[in-house]
Amino acid sequence: MVKRIDVKDVDIYYGKFHAVQSVTVSVPPRSVTAFIGPSGCGKSTVLRTLNRMHEVIPGARVEGEVLLDGENIYAPSVDPVSVRRTIGMVFQRPNPFPTMSIRDNVVAGLRLAGTRDRKRLDEIAERALRSANLWAEVKDRLTKPGGGLSGGQQQRLCIARAIAVQPDVLLMDEPCSALDPISTLAIEDLIGELKKDYTIVIVTHNMQQAARVSDQTAFFNLPGVGQPGRLIEYNDTEKIFSNPDEKATEDYISGRFG
Amino acid sequence: MATTESIVNQPATPTPFQHISGSRKIKNALATALVTVAFLIALVPLGWLLVTVITRGFDAILSANWWSHSLSGVMPDEFAGGVYHALYGSIIQGLICAVIAVPLGIFTAIYLVEYGAGGRLARAVTFMVDILSGVPSIVAALFIFALWISVLGFPQSAFAVSLALVLLMLPVVVRSTEEMLRLVPDELREASYALGVPKWKTIARVVLPTALSGMVTGVMLALARVLGETAPVLILVGYSRSINFNVLEGNMASLPLLIYNELVSNPEAAGQLRAWGAALTLIIVIMILNLIAAASSRFSAIKNK
Ligand SMILES: Nc1ncnc2c1ncn2[C@@H]1O[C@H](COP(=O)(O)OP(=O)(O)O)[C@@H](O)[C@H]1O
Ligand SMILES: [Mg+2]
Repeated sequence: MVKRIDVKDVDIYYGKFHAVQSVTVSVPPRSVTAFIGPSGCGKSTVLRTLNRMHEVIPGARVEGEVLLDGENIYAPSVDPVSVRRTIGMVFQRPNPFPTMSIRDNVVAGLRLAGTRDRKRLDEIAERALRSANLWAEVKDRLTKPGGGLSGGQQQRLCIARAIAVQPDVLLMDEPCSALDPISTLAIEDLIGELKKDYTIVIVTHNMQQAARVSDQTAFFNLPGVGQPGRLIEYNDTEKIFSNPDEKATEDYISGRFG
Repeated sequence: MATTESIVNQPATPTPFQHISGSRKIKNALATALVTVAFLIALVPLGWLLVTVITRGFDAILSANWWSHSLSGVMPDEFAGGVYHALYGSIIQGLICAVIAVPLGIFTAIYLVEYGAGGRLARAVTFMVDILSGVPSIVAALFIFALWISVLGFPQSAFAVSLALVLLMLPVVVRSTEEMLRLVPDELREASYALGVPKWKTIARVVLPTALSGMVTGVMLALARVLGETAPVLILVGYSRSINFNVLEGNMASLPLLIYNELVSNPEAAGQLRAWGAALTLIIVIMILNLIAAASSRFSAIKNK
């Protein structure tokens, strides 16, 4: 089940610090949405509110609604653990579990949720690794630790781990920023394939990458020092990169950002 | 004249670097010598101690019944018997202490790192642990004596010793476990949460396995420390020359207690030999624990190759 996300008038806080103000965004299913903007403007913060990872930080809270196919994931009765099972996440730095083998890393979500069936886990591991374009490289070393892979392979391992639990949505926070250009291309190709099955939101500081992989783009900015970040413009990627409505967007994209 | 002078003052080949000055060479040599001498002086008592214990106790631990018999029925001046009873006492007292202190300490550390994080209760607990870690062993023993024996009315026993050892071991286990848990990067916790794994399971299946080998090392070193404690055994249990398996009642020997008794109440040569033998045995036990600690960091669950 692929789902759409509607963010409605969301305000995000770290304790008393107002990090992001009134963001409203609609992410259609089976598409890639890119978050761009200068660093510190709140892209990661918004991304982490989409699967309730924001509240893991002590004192952090969210106001407003995030709807997943019309259901508010911040409704009082909703278990954040189940939200995270539905909305997966890939982080900036690859973070495989150091005590687990490659295969166990991929199926960690299922094993920790109590699935014991070895054969089924093996099948799921293979399928997830194939989807992450990693199978050919690791199929002979599945029992080896995940920490022994290259950075790009580790990041694809983390993507495999995220999709092995079959989420509806995949969030990626600068997934290529720690990778070399070749690995970056491999991940970008992968994102193009994954969007057939998932709704994807990706944070990137790389404008070309946003233009290459995304269907919609959201531009965030900081109006001033100490002020909360805001969503400046949200539209089809083509429009944002050719003819944005806001001057700030155009300045940022053309590198005239000051 | 002026021209000649300026030529003389100029170095033959102009270089942007200065030569090492003679005074710095001397200072450097002095500092090196000082540090080396300090190291050697620090090493002397340690080496001396080891050599003394080994030479004086070696014959004892190689004697026929050393590891398998007690001193039951052995005359003070008789070169016979062994420390089986004291070894058993030391090990069982240490084990009971560990069985209580390790889970308590680990759960406390988990609370401090994973749940309390800067809260009022966590700060209070940290403060108590700090105080506890400064308590001398004789005070811990007196406290258990007052509580367990005077107020609650239990007899002197090996168990009372274990309780006092718990007070001494607990802060060490909390501290070392806390440090190991803090070394686990938050990224791993977040990776686990992002897979829809609840917090308690993240701690049990991701955080603890990652920190495990360091935690084992900490526990082994703490255990090695308390096994040599003498004040609790002097105050909380009587000495016995024979085997007593009952930890809740009766006298029970342990290695420090045996050393003390042989030295104080047995002037015979056989008594001296037994004391040194027991000292060497204690060092061997502690060394084994240290080896386990070292091995556990070698065979860490964290794999990279
Ligand atoms: N854990 C945190 N605690 C307090 N403030 C934070 C935390 N993480 C981020 N912030 C603040 O929130 C703002 C947005 O940060 P972030 O979302 O990381 O920006 P971006 O990802 O766009 O670079 C910044 O001002 C940052 O300092
Ligand atoms: Mg960021």
